[in-house]
Amino acid sequence: MAIALELVVQLGQMLVVLALAPLLTGYVRKVKARLLRRQGPPLLQPYRDLLRLVRKEVVLAQNASWLFRVAPYLIFATTWVAAALVPTFATGLIFSHAADMIAIVALLGSARFMLALAGLDVGTSFGGIGSSREMMIASLAEPAMLMVVFTLSLLAGSTQLSSIAASMQGPGVGLRVSLALALVGLIMVAIAENARIPVDNPATHLELTMVHEAMILEYSGRHLALIEAASHLKLLLYISIIACVFVPWGTAVSGQGLGAYVAGLGIYAAKLAAAGFMLAVFETVIAKMRVFRVSDFLGAALMLGFLATLLLFVSRVT
Amino acid sequence: MDQLALDVAHLFAGGLVLTSFMLLYQDRMTGLINTFALHALVVSFSVAWQAYIQQAPHLYVTAAIALVVKALVIPLALHRIIVRLGIHRTIEPVVGIGQTMLAGIGLVALSVMVMLPITAQAGTLAREDLAFALSVILLGLLMMISRRNAVSQVIGFMSIENGLILAATGAKGMPLVVEISVAFSILIALIVIGIFLFRIRERFETVDIHVLHEHRGEQP
Repeated sequence: MAIALELVVQLGQMLVVLALAPLLTGYVRKVKARLLRRQGPPLLQPYRDLLRLVRKEVVLAQNASWLFRVAPYLIFATTWVAAALVPTFATGLIFSHAADMIAIVALLGSARFMLALAGLDVGTSFGGIGSSREMMIASLAEPAMLMVVFTLSLLAGSTQLSSIAASMQGPGVGLRVSLALALVGLIMVAIAENARIPVDNPATHLELTMVHEAMILEYSGRHLALIEAASHLKLLLYISIIACVFVPWGTAVSGQGLGAYVAGLGIYAAKLAAAGFMLAVFETVIAKMRVFRVSDFLGAALMLGFLATLLLFVSRVT
Repeated sequence: MDQLALDVAHLFAGGLVLTSFMLLYQDRMTGLINTFALHALVVSFSVAWQAYIQQAPHLYVTAAIALVVKALVIPLALHRIIVRLGIHRTIEPVVGIGQTMLAGIGLVALSVMVMLPITAQAGTLAREDLAFALSVILLGLLMMISRRNAVSQVIGFMSIENGLILAATGAKGMPLVVEISVAFSILIALIVIGIFLFRIRERFETVDIHVLHEHRGEQP
């Protein structure tokens, strides 16, 4: 019975994540538009876009292989599984015992691999450019992410996100410069991974600046809908990781009952709104950088991750 | 000594290493000088905190000297110098920020590996401070060899001096006289270097030190 109940809560978490992700994207777009004194699309526009794409027929390139048709499902599935592993409104859900933070990084890495393959599959040069740039970003972003994971797990004594969140709320953490470095590094990685503004512009189809859009240019219909949904999920996932590690207060702990879950859900929604607002402000005030400067940006993130681990190492040894 | 005091000291010392990396990362002259002012500010906070936890009032004087001289006077003087040299808008071609950063991380790892074993019997705080101070010094040296502009080399030199102050205060007991004389020698060095910069500029119409190498007949 207890297991059935936990399963229900876990399924609820997965559905909540899936349902909230387009809303978050719509919210960020709306705030950005208002900051530019535009009216902006309504909050529910991403849902409508997804619905419209699902209804449309799929147009495939003549030389598209089976890989091209399978990739969107795999991308969506791996991203959704990764999002199910992240504590959102409650920690210690039943799936989170199955995999740790490194597994989440690996799941996202395989989604990215699939996307890059799909970009290369049709054989247009444009998709190839997008794939090669995506891999260049990945080769720096993933080590940086792993260094942040190492820092957090050194501090918490576990790579499990739920236990990290629990130990961050505990008194044993203290004032740590490593945590600040890890936070900045993680935010930089999240910006790069989600193709947000200083690295890539999610709203443009301008040729020279595209990374993510270049890879999915050949997709249409339900395939495109799945990839779009996966990218919405990814944004939600990164914000959830940051919120659960660095702002862990207010999340329910598994088994506390319905009231705690509802309260946790409310606080989670507030955290998402705050993070989305900050993202929109950040994107409005900053200019997009050249593609060749992205390596400097991510190199700085990698450096911050290294430095955080090193500083932690010094204070542990002494 | 309670945990919080240690954590704050760790915060400032770690922040100093981070600011050294920021110095390596800057390629604009004004940004570089502002970052150097931040470097000195962090040092003065760190020294003031040491004064508080060691109950050593003379260290407050050291902190004040660092604050006034290195966070205010020297950056202002450098700003005036670069405006008069006409290089305040130039972007310095830094050779490979990526490689410099990797070398810097290697140097920090090296100094941690060297310092922690040989200071095994010292106090926790002193060990940490010595390790971080050595990293700041090595990063300053790295900055001096990776930059071509004379003004950035001066800043690298000054950041080395900040690292020395961190080491000296962490090791409990640097006499005030030493600190005052060091501060004055830094100021005098600044004046001498400032005059020297103008002489270089008059002679070669640039402050790129590679021209000096060619003048001496060395191959660049």
